[in-house]
Amino acid sequence: MKTLVWAEHDNAALKDATLATVTAAGKLGEVHLLVAGHDCDAVAQAAAKIAGVATVHVADDAAYEHPLPESVAPLVVELMASHDAFVVPATTTGRNLAPRVAALLDVMQISDILSVESANSFTRPIYAGNAIATVTTSDAKLVITVRGTAFDKAAAEGGSATIESVSAAAQGQDQASFVSSEIAASERPELTSAKIIVSGGRALQNGENFASIIEPLADRLGAGVGASRAAVDAGYVPNDYQVGQTGKIVAPELYIAIGISGAIQHLAGMKDSKVIVAINKDEDAPIFQVADIGLVGDLFNIVPELTEKL
Amino acid sequence: MKLLVPVKRVLDYNVKPRVKADGSGVDLSNVKMSMNPFDEIAVEEALRLREAGAASEVVVVSIGEAKAAETLRTALAMGADRAVLITAEGPVEPLGVAKLLAKVAQEEQPGLVILGKQAIDDDNGQTGQMLAGLLGWGQGTFASKVAIEGEHAVVTREVDGGAETVRLKLPAIVTTDLRLNEPRYASLPNIMKAKSKPMANKTPADYGVDVTPRLTVTRVEEPGKRQAGVKVADVDELVAKLKALGVTG
Repeated sequence: MKTLVWAEHDNAALKDATLATVTAAGKLGEVHLLVAGHDCDAVAQAAAKIAGVATVHVADDAAYEHPLPESVAPLVVELMASHDAFVVPATTTGRNLAPRVAALLDVMQISDILSVESANSFTRPIYAGNAIATVTTSDAKLVITVRGTAFDKAAAEGGSATIESVSAAAQGQDQASFVSSEIAASERPELTSAKIIVSGGRALQNGENFASIIEPLADRLGAGVGASRAAVDAGYVPNDYQVGQTGKIVAPELYIAIGISGAIQHLAGMKDSKVIVAINKDEDAPIFQVADIGLVGDLFNIVPELTEKL
Repeated sequence: MKLLVPVKRVLDYNVKPRVKADGSGVDLSNVKMSMNPFDEIAVEEALRLREAGAASEVVVVSIGEAKAAETLRTALAMGADRAVLITAEGPVEPLGVAKLLAKVAQEEQPGLVILGKQAIDDDNGQTGQMLAGLLGWGQGTFASKVAIEGEHAVVTREVDGGAETVRLKLPAIVTTDLRLNEPRYASLPNIMKAKSKPMANKTPADYGVDVTPRLTVTRVEEPGKRQAGVKVADVDELVAKLKALGVTG
């Protein structure tokens, strides 16, 4: 089987999510990467070095600078004439693009896979991760999005793929155009690839407390900062901090949940973390049912003390 | 312009799903069902656009078992004008739903279709994008802000790392993210009024769409359980545990 993997990048560097997706695609067969972008030569060079990649297809065009699905989906459909599967990281870019491609190919997409059972059988979470379904497809071509935390990352070095340029007449610009983006600046590790995450909830009471209590601990540990939906909705932090069913899915080595009760929608985003630590004053909070280490008490006393003693 | 809002009947988001012992699926007998939360946000956004004068009519549509009529009544009680119920035997996958919605869209000629970004039961997150692909329309997924400017919709989207704004030629597809709005509650008089609002009854055959599933669910199981943890008495003990794990700060 020839797989086509969507390389996620910002025209300057590859995103980590691509590496886990290459691993998943490698379980299906020969891995080809698609780098669609503008002035993205550095990305193509990096993509060619990923271990296990046979060919990198590069579509360099101003129309692909921001990968709008209206423009990119027709390009992918063209390439799918000579590939058997389109494998995409389940990032917001991937989730935006892949179903459009699937519809144009008249196949059912398999979303957010956790494992490859066979060439046409996969596991995926349903009901906010409260159940795992094994699904088998009868479609001739596969369109799959991959949960990055469920697969090891392919080695970023060691490959020597050939780079081929793809020329396609860009389409779709009349349907949609890019206006602007506001990317939150952060010095901290990216949430989905951080080894340690310190996450805060509603109990922080306001944004100032979040900054003065959660962030020093995160900085002490070199950790990413996450939040529950309650903390985001209350405006303590921007919404790209949100961990959960509707936010980011993370699986760090250590997840420290502070003032988070542990609603099922939040657990859906973090319960595959290797070690979970919970700090909460309510000893009956559901978070303690999944926490490896729990401490019952007032976060306003505990967290500064913890930061100091670490 | 007319707005089309697809809604789905799902297990209520507060209910903890129970996996059936025989591994055939999640037990949906005698459990509370509700409108998918993202679809409530879609209905609310459509109503706000109508109230702002950007739209003239809000049509809601649901595909599924006959009980989906209740979900449509909820949307009518929130303020939608009329409903289309497409009754189907068994589950219909996003691809089948998108094909049916494409037919409804061709019939109704909406200026905008607003869907939830994902249903909280199958967590697929596909239908809106598939519909956009089938119709050849622009798509504004995971929307946190929608503005109609003449012949275009300007949609701010929640993306990894922040927000992005796109400009879509109408007609277009929008899928809602949580922060788009706060859905209203239906008042008792409006619930009563909703009972007399029109609801068309259709089947997939009426639209000539084959909704045979492409995927077979061979097994549904509980996720691996985490081992019970320990509670520590104070910060010193927590620090010791963390250091034992190799966390040194």
